[in-house]
Amino acid sequence: MNFEIILHSGLATGTVLLFATIGEIFAERSGILNLGVEGMMLLGAMAGFATSLAVGNPWIGLAAAMIAGGILSLAHGFVTINLQADQVVSGLALTFLGTGLALVLGEGLTGKNPPLIPSFDIPGLVSIPFIGPVFFQDHSLLVYIGLIFTPLAWYYIYKTRPGMHLRAVGEKPEAADTLGVSVYGLRYFYVFVGGCLAGLAGAAISLSISPGWYSSQTTSGQGWIAIGLVIFAQWNPLTAALGAYGFGALRRGILDLQGPPTLLGFTNPLYINSNYGFFLQMTPYILTIIAVIIGSRAATRQRLGAPAALGEPYIRGERGL
Amino acid sequence: MPRLSIEKRVEDVPRWMPAATSIFAVVAAFIIVGIILKLMGGEPFTVARFFWDATFGSWATFSDTLVKATPLTLVGLACTVAFTMRLWNIGAEGQFYMGAFFASLVILIPIIPPESPRVIVILAMIVMGLIGGAVWGFVPGVLKARFNVNEIITTLMLNYIAILWNNFWIFNTWSDAGFQMTPTFAKSAWLPRLSDLARQYPFFSGMTLHGGFVIALIASVIVWWVLKYSKWGYEIKLIGDNKEAARYAGINIMRNIILVFMFSGALAGLAGMIEISGVVHRLQERISPGYGFTGIIIAWLAKLNPFAVVLVSILFGALIVAGREIQPSGLASLIQGIVLFMVIGSEFFLRYQVKFTREEKPSIEEVKTA
Repeated sequence: MNFEIILHSGLATGTVLLFATIGEIFAERSGILNLGVEGMMLLGAMAGFATSLAVGNPWIGLAAAMIAGGILSLAHGFVTINLQADQVVSGLALTFLGTGLALVLGEGLTGKNPPLIPSFDIPGLVSIPFIGPVFFQDHSLLVYIGLIFTPLAWYYIYKTRPGMHLRAVGEKPEAADTLGVSVYGLRYFYVFVGGCLAGLAGAAISLSISPGWYSSQTTSGQGWIAIGLVIFAQWNPLTAALGAYGFGALRRGILDLQGPPTLLGFTNPLYINSNYGFFLQMTPYILTIIAVIIGSRAATRQRLGAPAALGEPYIRGERGL
Repeated sequence: MPRLSIEKRVEDVPRWMPAATSIFAVVAAFIIVGIILKLMGGEPFTVARFFWDATFGSWATFSDTLVKATPLTLVGLACTVAFTMRLWNIGAEGQFYMGAFFASLVILIPIIPPESPRVIVILAMIVMGLIGGAVWGFVPGVLKARFNVNEIITTLMLNYIAILWNNFWIFNTWSDAGFQMTPTFAKSAWLPRLSDLARQYPFFSGMTLHGGFVIALIASVIVWWVLKYSKWGYEIKLIGDNKEAARYAGINIMRNIILVFMFSGALAGLAGMIEISGVVHRLQERISPGYGFTGIIIAWLAKLNPFAVVLVSILFGALIVAGREIQPSGLASLIQGIVLFMVIGSEFFLRYQVKFTREEKPSIEEVKTA
């Protein structure tokens, strides 16, 4: 049990969830619920891996992953925005579509070794006690990007004019439309942004955090966890980072708990029988449910600023004030 | 110059249209997948031929297809019931596992001595399967009814919890010699199979189709009757169509949310029981290759019609059977995704109609505002 190692690992694996969660926050803030994160992530993981292998450059791989995730998300955008289809069903369809495409196109990629995103120390900062080894030592570049990206995303959503338009479109599309903000245009754009970030999250797995292509096991349901984290984070990138890193650390901590024979002077039940770990593995899911329960009270929801028009198609001229 | 305009439908949709859109969706999906295969350098017609041979080609393979269609029908019905009330039960997967777990308890504890007659053991397993699924449906139902908690997230998370719960017991308590499965159940816990009749009728030899298929057919009749003729079914549909109207009509929405979730869960749990009793004959890991999620597509493609659910399940059962052998392995999932997109996309044409108008006349609204 070494907290530095657990937190270090949590930061790394949490970065994957972070990108996917913030991507989904952008989409949901604009009023579009996209349940297809898992599919977009898997397609991104495959596209990034395959491209890096073919081109020999992981950066082009990352770009390909983002484009793949973004293009896939446009299918959801078209069906929900233009055709006003149900967002839940469309999102599920996107999961199947993305997973299927990734598995079909990713045939034969297992066991290959493309060039990966580099990991390195941040000079100077790494020597700060405790903080250095956790935050600035031997992390993938993507982890550092995630650390910078989070406050930027927060600033963008809450403090800039385009961010205000984004919130308006998800909150009261009629009002935004009256002011000349293009509801359809912005919703398309942010669904696309969400798709790009999900694709990036996928490539972060396959090209950096736990490199390799293991077909559908590559993402292993993390897209769904990201959707839960959005509610846990109350559509706020800063809380999302807390949740994502915490989730990552928890997963690592559960593994490490099986190590020591005694904990705080008591016999460690996990050391004797590691099967009890199944119950510990449930904790993230139970925590997500508890977080959603707390976040669901109508009063709380309003105060926290859940997008009021989330899941509602916008039909010009049909919906009154 | 003909002008294309899209208008909201005023009159009712023609009766044939919903079915036609579903069939169109399936055909279009197969064509698109064929094109993708061709672009990847494959031979779509060879694959199609193989697909046919592996699924409907002979009585033996058709029997395999129906074996897969059985759990799909039940989870499809589970989703149909919930979706009719616009409850997004994405948790049929977890309810399936809980049904399987509860049904297995009959043998594992054991609740009933294993030497009891088959009828009694099977009936006990059915009841326990229904209870297991209903319990796992009750949780999101109560959370939704009492605290207005988004059921998509809770049912999804409960899927993972159910699978981990299941794993604990098969890895720990009832593991068969350290393997991730329980010992094989006594024959009294097996649903009868066609191949049991092989001694009298050699035609049936090797056919794995079991009594669960009949149970699934009965379930579809029950769901159809409940939704179409019962007072409860009327309430479910009314809430699904217009929640506010239902509230004014004095229907207890909270109670119905919980009941419908339990009904939906029970159907998925029954699917789990049947998979245990009819196919694997023990509790083990990965008893479902994502049946619960496929059930969502099936319900949607069947337009929430219980009989159509059976037909669509047979098609998707075929996809699973063929998907095990056809390379690349993601083909089945890809077809499912495209089918679902086609269905929801084409639903636009059920709500709107595309009209070609010859001359440009101002509409009534435009005249009024002018």
